Amino acid sequence: MKKAIVSKNKLYTLIALLVVIGLLAFLQVNSAEYSYPISILERSAIYAVVAVSMNLLTGFTGLFSLGQAGFMAIGAYTVAILTIPVDNRPSVYYVNGISPVIENLHCPFWMALIIAGLLAAAVAALIGIPVLRLKSDYLAIATLGFSEIIRAILAAPQLDRITNGSYGLKNIPGFPNLFAAFGLCALCIGLMVLLINSSYGRAFKALREDEIAAQAMGLNLFHYKELAFVISSFFTGVGGGLLAMFMRSIEARTFSISLTYDILLIVVLGGIGSVTGSVLGAFLVTAGREWLRFFDNPLTIGGVQIPLFRSGFRMVIFSILLMVVVLFYRRGIMGSNEFSWDGLGRLLKSIPARLSGKYKSKKGENA
Amino acid sequence: MSLTTFLQQCLTGISLGGAYALIAIGYTLVYGILRLINFAHGDIFMMAGYFMIFAMASLPWFIAVPLVLLVTVLLGVSIERVAYRPLRTAPRMSVMISAIGVSYLLQNLATYLFTALPKGYPEIPFLKKIFQIGGLSASFVTFLTPVLTLIIVYVLIVLINKTKIGMAMRAVSKDYDTAALMGIKINRVITFTFAVGSLLAAVGSVLYFTDRMTVFPFSGSLPGLKCFVAAVFGGIGSIPGAVIGGFILGLGETALVALGYSTFSDAFTFVLLIIILLIKPTGLFGEKTTDKV
Repeated sequence: MKKAIVSKNKLYTLIALLVVIGLLAFLQVNSAEYSYPISILERSAIYAVVAVSMNLLTGFTGLFSLGQAGFMAIGAYTVAILTIPVDNRPSVYYVNGISPVIENLHCPFWMALIIAGLLAAAVAALIGIPVLRLKSDYLAIATLGFSEIIRAILAAPQLDRITNGSYGLKNIPGFPNLFAAFGLCALCIGLMVLLINSSYGRAFKALREDEIAAQAMGLNLFHYKELAFVISSFFTGVGGGLLAMFMRSIEARTFSISLTYDILLIVVLGGIGSVTGSVLGAFLVTAGREWLRFFDNPLTIGGVQIPLFRSGFRMVIFSILLMVVVLFYRRGIMGSNEFSWDGLGRLLKSIPARLSGKYKSKKGENA
Repeated sequence: MSLTTFLQQCLTGISLGGAYALIAIGYTLVYGILRLINFAHGDIFMMAGYFMIFAMASLPWFIAVPLVLLVTVLLGVSIERVAYRPLRTAPRMSVMISAIGVSYLLQNLATYLFTALPKGYPEIPFLKKIFQIGGLSASFVTFLTPVLTLIIVYVLIVLINKTKIGMAMRAVSKDYDTAALMGIKINRVITFTFAVGSLLAAVGSVLYFTDRMTVFPFSGSLPGLKCFVAAVFGGIGSIPGAVIGGFILGLGETALVALGYSTFSDAFTFVLLIIILLIKPTGLFGEKTTDKV
């Protein structure tokens, strides 16, 4: 009996996967027609990668790091420098000229993504040595500081011939097709899930729960913190590279503190400590931000123009939403639980009861 | 570099440092009591800049300035009431995320209400008057800032060491629960702390923006982070520490700009942070704490 239920869930997963692949194939064939939804979905998937990598640190290891934007910048610039077609380079670097070191450096995008991740991880390893000795809020502010330092270095005039300074880099080749984009994102998230479920993942969770107890159990605190930090930064770097391929042109200003806050919003909304929550949060936040665009346009009801609706209102709504989640639904959508078909079934069954107001949610139980 | 230029730069640095010190005190007070980096503090400072623009549009400065101070204090206190008080028993990470959320909200609100374009800061005529001392020339505000900072710090230290509410603040920062058991009204002390912090941020904002001339929605975020670093540098919870941290930061930054490394002047702050945390994690005047299991 037990076995039958498990295989039923596997069947559901398989069906869901096929539906997603079918949808992707459909979008791929009609990509010209659906370019706007495709761009939203791609951005969501990329943010999901970065959000899960942030969750790996914040939710699973208990290290509150705010350096995401900096590592994304490293990844994005690496991918940009390595993949811009050599023929296009003079036109990209038309102001300052290109440094001879990188003039003929070129490699396929998948290799560039791996290098981007490795570079971000290497920087993280260096930064981690001093920074990871710090506790909660000092760690947050120090990583935030490093993210700003990285951005300052990338924008520095001394590096103009490599990063093209304030002009940014453009003509970055995009994804060859939708399957590459979503497949890469899924691969990254899948690898992180494998890590979280491994013995290393259990060590991370032990750290999160109680550092001193974990140390007493023989875990080398610094070793595991550094490991989590480096791996998370690797995937953040890859995510930055993917973002560069998605946006096609990047500049240092893209990777400011507010990008980190956006990712944090996703993680908090999805539930700190839930991978599926982060993925769900990424899609909801990115899509929601697009759907809420009507808040930015003037609205007229019955000939009266509502004065509230103008540019910027969308972001105000968004930040209020974040505050509401933080203050009243601290667990986010998923809490620290993962998505499961049984959970979904329970949620669906409880809807009629919830509507009639009889449903009382048990503490600790979340769909 | 001639001696005059050197002194001129020093003067600029000290003036900037004075404004930083005033903001840093706000961080240090709040952190000392709540163990919370009030990420919104820099944005309160920015909002004070906007309040000043609107107050000065129709009022003379001697009414506008007290009004701005009052409104800023109200803003700071209501932020504490709405965003931090409900989370008093929540894990520290939640409170910190809430603080980041408030900062995000204030920035977006400012962008929405006042647009992202920089707005000109009103001039208070006597503050902008140029003074000449020897070869040095600077506006009155440059001389006023450090002096005013030191006076305010003196008053604050007296307040904390000599008055009843000051004693309550010290008690709460030492031990939260015991202070509550002793009959100290914790929430009132915290409200008072936020009021003082916001008041100083408003004063700092008048001095800082009079020199900078423009305000935009993100003009609080980086100074805010820097001033937190100044507070950490001096030892969190220590007022003289925050002031010294503020001055060192102001001088160092001005020196880097003067030497032509202006892109790295922001990075300097964080390098300073890392160094102090590695060498003396409690800051210059910080108290030693030990973790108990």
